[in-house]
Amino acid sequence: MAEVTFTDQNFKEKVLESKTPVVVDFWAPWCGPCRMVSPIIEELAKEYEGKMVVGKMNVDENQLPASQYNVMSIPTVMIFKGGQPVKAIVGAQGKEAYKKVFDEALQ
Amino acid sequence: MYDVIILGSGPAGLTAAIYTTRASLKTLVIAGGKWGGQLMLTTEVDNFPGFPEGIQGPDLMANMRKQAERFGAEFVDENFKEADFSKQPFIVAAADKTYEGKSVIIATGADTKWLDVPGERDKIGRGVSSCAPCDAPFFRNKKVIVAGGGDSAMEEALVLSRFAEQVILVHRRDQFRASQIMQDKVKANSKIHVLVNTQITEILGEQKVEKVRMTTTTSDKTLLAKTPEEITKNFHEVLNAHAIGTKEDSIMWEMPIDGVFVAIGHIPNSSVFKEIDVDEKGFIKVQEHTKTNKEGVFVAGDVHDHEYMQAITAAGFGCSAALETERWLEEQK
Repeated sequence: MAEVTFTDQNFKEKVLESKTPVVVDFWAPWCGPCRMVSPIIEELAKEYEGKMVVGKMNVDENQLPASQYNVMSIPTVMIFKGGQPVKAIVGAQGKEAYKKVFDEALQ
Repeated sequence: MYDVIILGSGPAGLTAAIYTTRASLKTLVIAGGKWGGQLMLTTEVDNFPGFPEGIQGPDLMANMRKQAERFGAEFVDENFKEADFSKQPFIVAAADKTYEGKSVIIATGADTKWLDVPGERDKIGRGVSSCAPCDAPFFRNKKVIVAGGGDSAMEEALVLSRFAEQVILVHRRDQFRASQIMQDKVKANSKIHVLVNTQITEILGEQKVEKVRMTTTTSDKTLLAKTPEEITKNFHEVLNAHAIGTKEDSIMWEMPIDGVFVAIGHIPNSSVFKEIDVDEKGFIKVQEHTKTNKEGVFVAGDVHDHEYMQAITAAGFGCSAALETERWLEEQK
């Protein structure tokens, strides 16, 4: 499964009510570092299929969760478990750094 | 085994990669987890020749990477870890893997220099930022500070002025080193206020940035003789700043603020190279334009250049280093 696209409308259902942990990549088209993270998130969506739901949220088009969870810098990659944010990674990171945090969240 | 391993993927590294691959040298670029260098943190680039309408920094870098890939450069999008330049072939480690190369071009560039004041580090991403193009839209109708006096500080201020209600440019000297065209743009912008001779001393806030403390130096003795309340009344009402005390030659302020954007300069990424000579500021010492103290290890871009620091000069240095590397490899045969 490719990565999911989160919106203001489906955030509750796809993120907060999800049975598996969810990774949300907050991004925007005007953000250079977000472009580095996007392909990594796409790869990780495939690698973590079945274990986690991995997806992106365009903060230009969807502003509610970003402001609710105090996202003030993008890219921010946030992990939700049981409807709660458990970890936020601010700024672009390498693939291995994301995997490490994902694996910790799965334990 | 690679002919050339290039460390870094900004304009210097990618230009070098275009030249080495076109010379049929087997080339590996250790691009870093965040590839593309400082231009990835910018918006419009108006001074790179060949783009009469300007180009977005991230687009320019994506183009350079595509161009290098077209000629066969291989990329590893992981951070460089360490290198052994003591014997041939050189060994370079990134993430969990090592790579062998006959030559190396160091083009690791420079990273944001932070203010290094209390309250700064823990609020990066919570109101403290080094990338206005990334974060400016989160400061819609808010009040922000940009610290710095060069072109990048001016650009950050201008980008922020499109979203923020008020942008306060704080500079520790009384003169800006930014180009005249950028200074003029800033001066013409009614949302941007300039505070010179002023340093941020502390960033305050619980969950995010809420306030800053600053110190302004002045030789105005009559002003310094006044009480903080009087100074507050006379000055900076527009900024809603409060004088909290005076010293012999300075006034201390406190000001509510939503964001602090830091653009005071850069630190060369050279500390990971144990065997390479650097100057007192950490810039790699360069001999004959492109050479380091280690034979077969070349250098290009902001990691050695503290003079020009432009995308186009970095690209030029990358080209020179590639040509010298090619020559040197030829001599080794």
